[in-house]
This record gives sequence, structure tokens and C-alpha cells, in this order.
Amino acid sequence: MLKIRNYIKVKSIAEAYELNQKKTACILGGMVWLKMGNRNISTAIDLSGLGLDTIQETEEEFIIGCMTSLRTLETNQALHEFSHGAVKESLRHIVGVQFRNCATVGGSIYGRYGFSDVLTMLLALDTWAEFYEGGKIPLSEFVNMKKNRDVLVNIRIRKTPVFCSYRSQRNSETDFPVLACAASLLGEETRTVIGARPGRAMIVGDPLGILKNFREMTNKQRAAAIASYAEYAADHVPTGSNMRASAEYRTMLVKVLVRRTWEAVGGMKNEY
Amino acid sequence: MNINFWLNGVCINCEAEPDMILLDLLREKGCYSVKRGCETSNCGLCTVLMDGTPVLSCSILAVRAEGHKITTLEGMQKEAEEFGSFLADEGADQCGFCNPGFLMNVFAMLQELKDPSEEDILEYLAGNLCRCTGFAGQTRSILKFLQYKKEQKEADNA
Repeated sequence: MLKIRNYIKVKSIAEAYELNQKKTACILGGMVWLKMGNRNISTAIDLSGLGLDTIQETEEEFIIGCMTSLRTLETNQALHEFSHGAVKESLRHIVGVQFRNCATVGGSIYGRYGFSDVLTMLLALDTWAEFYEGGKIPLSEFVNMKKNRDVLVNIRIRKTPVFCSYRSQRNSETDFPVLACAASLLGEETRTVIGARPGRAMIVGDPLGILKNFREMTNKQRAAAIASYAEYAADHVPTGSNMRASAEYRTMLVKVLVRRTWEAVGGMKNEY
Repeated sequence: MNINFWLNGVCINCEAEPDMILLDLLREKGCYSVKRGCETSNCGLCTVLMDGTPVLSCSILAVRAEGHKITTLEGMQKEAEEFGSFLADEGADQCGFCNPGFLMNVFAMLQELKDPSEEDILEYLAGNLCRCTGFAGQTRSILKFLQYKKEQKEADNA
């Protein structure tokens, strides 16, 4: 069972940072994951009084406060349009509306959970994590950083022009994903992210340049490039087994979901 | 810790340990409609409204209710009776254990979605598990209830 000795609703991020330097302290997100563990927390730090639960939109970026609920992220119309529906697709299968009203963006990102749809999706966009002490760090860097005692304040999604698509495979509608995949044409970059491998989400990379000039390709060239890249991804993405699926099955899914997301990004098929 | 919050329209002042879960506090206060059906934040049986928004009371610290308005099924008896008759007419409930959480989320949905389609309804209620049925009766009852509400409104306007 989760045990908490002290609970403090902080008045500032500085106060949260200070309290969080103790190893047994813990910053609370939505608690939907935390409450299932057996941790002994000396001080539970609550950021919910700091107005960090909203999304601000500027000319350059979306600034998402760390305490923003997944449901708020899902129902934000501007972000929905910016991401061509991909952000909503990545969130709507996560348990239920009540759960998504509790779970926070900050909690999902800071934890860098292997099962995270949110992390998989946001890695496919020009996303930055903003810390009290460490400042702004690209999410693609943060995902592989060691845990530290810093405080995640905002998630910033820069408005780099993007075409993207998100798909996940689940054993049942509201379960964790067995595999998650996001594909994006981010400015001139092509980016493919695989999550729920079941390890932490990773950017796949394209060292052979298979998807290079994807934008300029004809549909026939795109289909060939996608087929070849799907093979590449299946060969290079490490997968593992757990109670939900075997590594072999996940590797098959990598191939299928990479193909489907890229076909959607290319505007070739929309029915998935 | 001392906390103050509104429970079904009544101001409550009470003591709660820092790690007390809201669900347990609500049951302590006599709201037995709020149930723990799983230990994995998955079943939706513990759904209550926090300032009108449906949340899982199994995942919220009691101290986080400070200053908020919590509504359980005990505070929505009139609405429950009205919608409950539609559920009964469709033979939707069997053991009835999941009903309170389901009803609370239906009420939240009716507030949040305007004219939801069947697909919208299924998506909104996906986080409410019923282990007896296949949700067909529940879905029918909601669609009929929405139609009834629409007709009622039209009659009022006419």
C-alpha cells in the first residue's frame, strides 16, 4: 500500500523543488499509477494549487502545464487540429474519461513509463520538457536521461509544421497498449516512434534514408519506401515479452503499425 | 489533517490522514454507493463528480478534496430515479454493483456532450466495466433516455 507521512500543497515551484531534494519525497501527479505501488513517501508534494493545469497557445507553441489532465489535452481543439487528430487518438483509448480526468501530462511524461501512449505521441512532435532547474530539454533527450530530483513544470509543443498519425494495438479497448506507434513528417524530418515495446518509447531513426524525400515521392514510391522502412523498423526495434504479448508478436506489430501510420501520414489510406 | 469540502451540497469539516483515499472517506461519511471494484484504476465503480467532472475516487487523496464540491449518487437521487427507470425497462442491470459509478458517468456525459451518437456514448462510458452484461441494454436505455429528454424539451418549447 502507498504510505504518505506528510502532504504539502506548495505555494511555488521553488518550494516544490526544495522539498523534492529529499529522496523519500515525491511529487504527485494524478496518482492513478502511484497509488498502486507500495512506496513509503515522507512528503507528498502537490502542485495542484499553482494553476499549472491548463494549455496556453502562443504563435510559436502550445504550453501545457504539468498538472494538465489527459482529458484536457484530448479535448483541446487547437491541438487536435494541429496534430491532425493524432493526439486525441493517442489518448482516447486510455482506460476511461474518469481516469483521463485524473491522470496528468506531467506524471505521464516524467515517469517515462514503458506503457505510455502520451510519451510515444509527444516524441513524434517537436516537444520540449521544461524543468525548474534544468530548463528546456528536448523530449527526445529527456526520454533517455537518468532520473533526477528536478521539477517538471511545462511541456512545450513547438508549432513546427507536422503531418502525423498514431495507432496502437490493444488486447481490449481500455487496456494498456501491446504496441504503440507514431509517425510524423516534422518539418523536413521523418520521425517514427515505437512505444509499449514494452520498454520505454524510442525514436526509430532512418540511417539508410529510406524515407528521405518522402514528401516529394509519388504514391508508388511512397508505398515501396514504407514497405522497406517497416521491415527496417521490425529488424531494429528491440521488443520484449510480458503477460500481454510475446516479443515475436510485438515485432510483427511494429511492421504493421509502422506501415499503417506512414500510409496515413502520406494520405494514402485513412481507414485505419 | 483538517479538511473542508462540499459533499452533496453539505459542507463537511473532518480529519483525514495524508494517505487516506477519497473513496474511503466518502464511505466513512455514509456514501455506500461509492465502491472499490478493482485495485487498478480501471473499473469506474468509484466514479464521483468533483466540481462536476467525473473522477476516480479510488485514485484521489482525501486531502485533495479540500475546497472542492464532491457529488456521489446519494446526492443525485432524483436524476437516478428518472434514468434508473429507463435502465430497468431495458433489463440493463443484473447484479447492479456497477450501477452507481455507471450512473455518475452517464450524468457527467449528459452534461458534457451535446446530442452524443451511439459511438460517442460507448467511448465516453468505456471506463465503466460491467461484468454481467454486454452493455447493450445500457446503451439502449441511454439512447431512449436522450430521445425522451429531447421530446420533453420540444414539448416545453412548444
